[in-house]
Amino acid sequence: MAGQQRVYRQRIRSTQSLKKIFRAMELIAASRIGKARARVTAATPYARALTRAVSAVATHSNVSHPLVTERTDTNRVAVLVVTSDRGMAGAYSASAIREAERLIGRLTEAGKEPVVYATGRRAVSYYAFRGRELAGQWTGNSDAPSVETADEIADALLTAFGAPADEGGVSELHVVFTQFKNMVTQTPHVIRLLPLEIVDGVEPLADDEIAPLYEFEPSPEDVLDALLPRYIRSRIYTCLLQAAASELAARQRAMHTATENAEDLVRMYTRLANQARQAEITQEISEIVSGADALAS
Amino acid sequence: MADIEVEIVGAEGKLWSGSARQVSAKAGEGEIGILAGHEPVLSVLKPGEIRVFPVGGGQPERWQVEGGFLSFDSNHLTIVVDDAVAGARPAAPTAH
Repeated sequence: MAGQQRVYRQRIRSTQSLKKIFRAMELIAASRIGKARARVTAATPYARALTRAVSAVATHSNVSHPLVTERTDTNRVAVLVVTSDRGMAGAYSASAIREAERLIGRLTEAGKEPVVYATGRRAVSYYAFRGRELAGQWTGNSDAPSVETADEIADALLTAFGAPADEGGVSELHVVFTQFKNMVTQTPHVIRLLPLEIVDGVEPLADDEIAPLYEFEPSPEDVLDALLPRYIRSRIYTCLLQAAASELAARQRAMHTATENAEDLVRMYTRLANQARQAEITQEISEIVSGADALAS
Repeated sequence: MADIEVEIVGAEGKLWSGSARQVSAKAGEGEIGILAGHEPVLSVLKPGEIRVFPVGGGQPERWQVEGGFLSFDSNHLTIVVDDAVAGARPAAPTAH
């Protein structure tokens, strides 16, 4: 009986130390999330300036650019999956991967050949475990992505989009990332980044506003040439930042739940340990009493 | 004379914003100077210096940029830069 009590005490101790770890991780995530959201906000002016400029070029000139034209020479399509490096974030990575798998299924059904690019160790290990080849992978810093990482990813994808069909060129680019809506809602989201659909992205003008007639220097083609790769980079960077904020929010929530569960467990084990102690005392008393009875009779 | 609203943004965030009398930068077809009322322009930036002249006169704010683009319409100037370092151009090494 004493053994049972000891087992409970041990479990209480280990659950308590786990609880401390969960609590610490929750606090770390909570402190980083503000910074991650600030980075999303800070990157917005850049993205907005680029979007405005791209739509200005699109509305004022009829130039065509490789990045906006559909490719028909290959049926390979690129899918970029954005996940976290570490777990402990609830279903965050799992749901992004599930969304990606659904997209890959849809693309395959449509007769296309998906090529997967992955960021974050979770996605990389998911595909490595299943023996599926990744065309590109980036790991580290998933909760605080840098502009350099985003540029690296964008360069690789733009190269693939620009490459000839027999050298691994792709005709489309889809990005699966987790959109940060607010602290409690983050949803996996798929966007088709390439070829660009500029016409849909044009900001509607207010009634009293007249679209300015721009002069392009040196020429609309050159301006577009400089703008579009930057636009793609900025979109990818924004996706990474949103994903980072979502990851931290998911982790904070998961760790909060874990802490509460640990508290529940400690409470339950304490009750069981008390029960065991009482049972032991009862048994000892009845042994003594019955021993005394036996001697008396 | 009217002023122009300037906004200089980099990939990671806004670098500078405010009013200015004149802005000069190295555009696709050479040095461009923008005053209020300039026609709408969208230009590629070449590596060079951006100078923002404050409204009240005085020393201009300077940035050295690697590239980017600028767009100007209705007295609002947006400069998107790739890599900007605040400050004047380092003095050219003098020949001995």
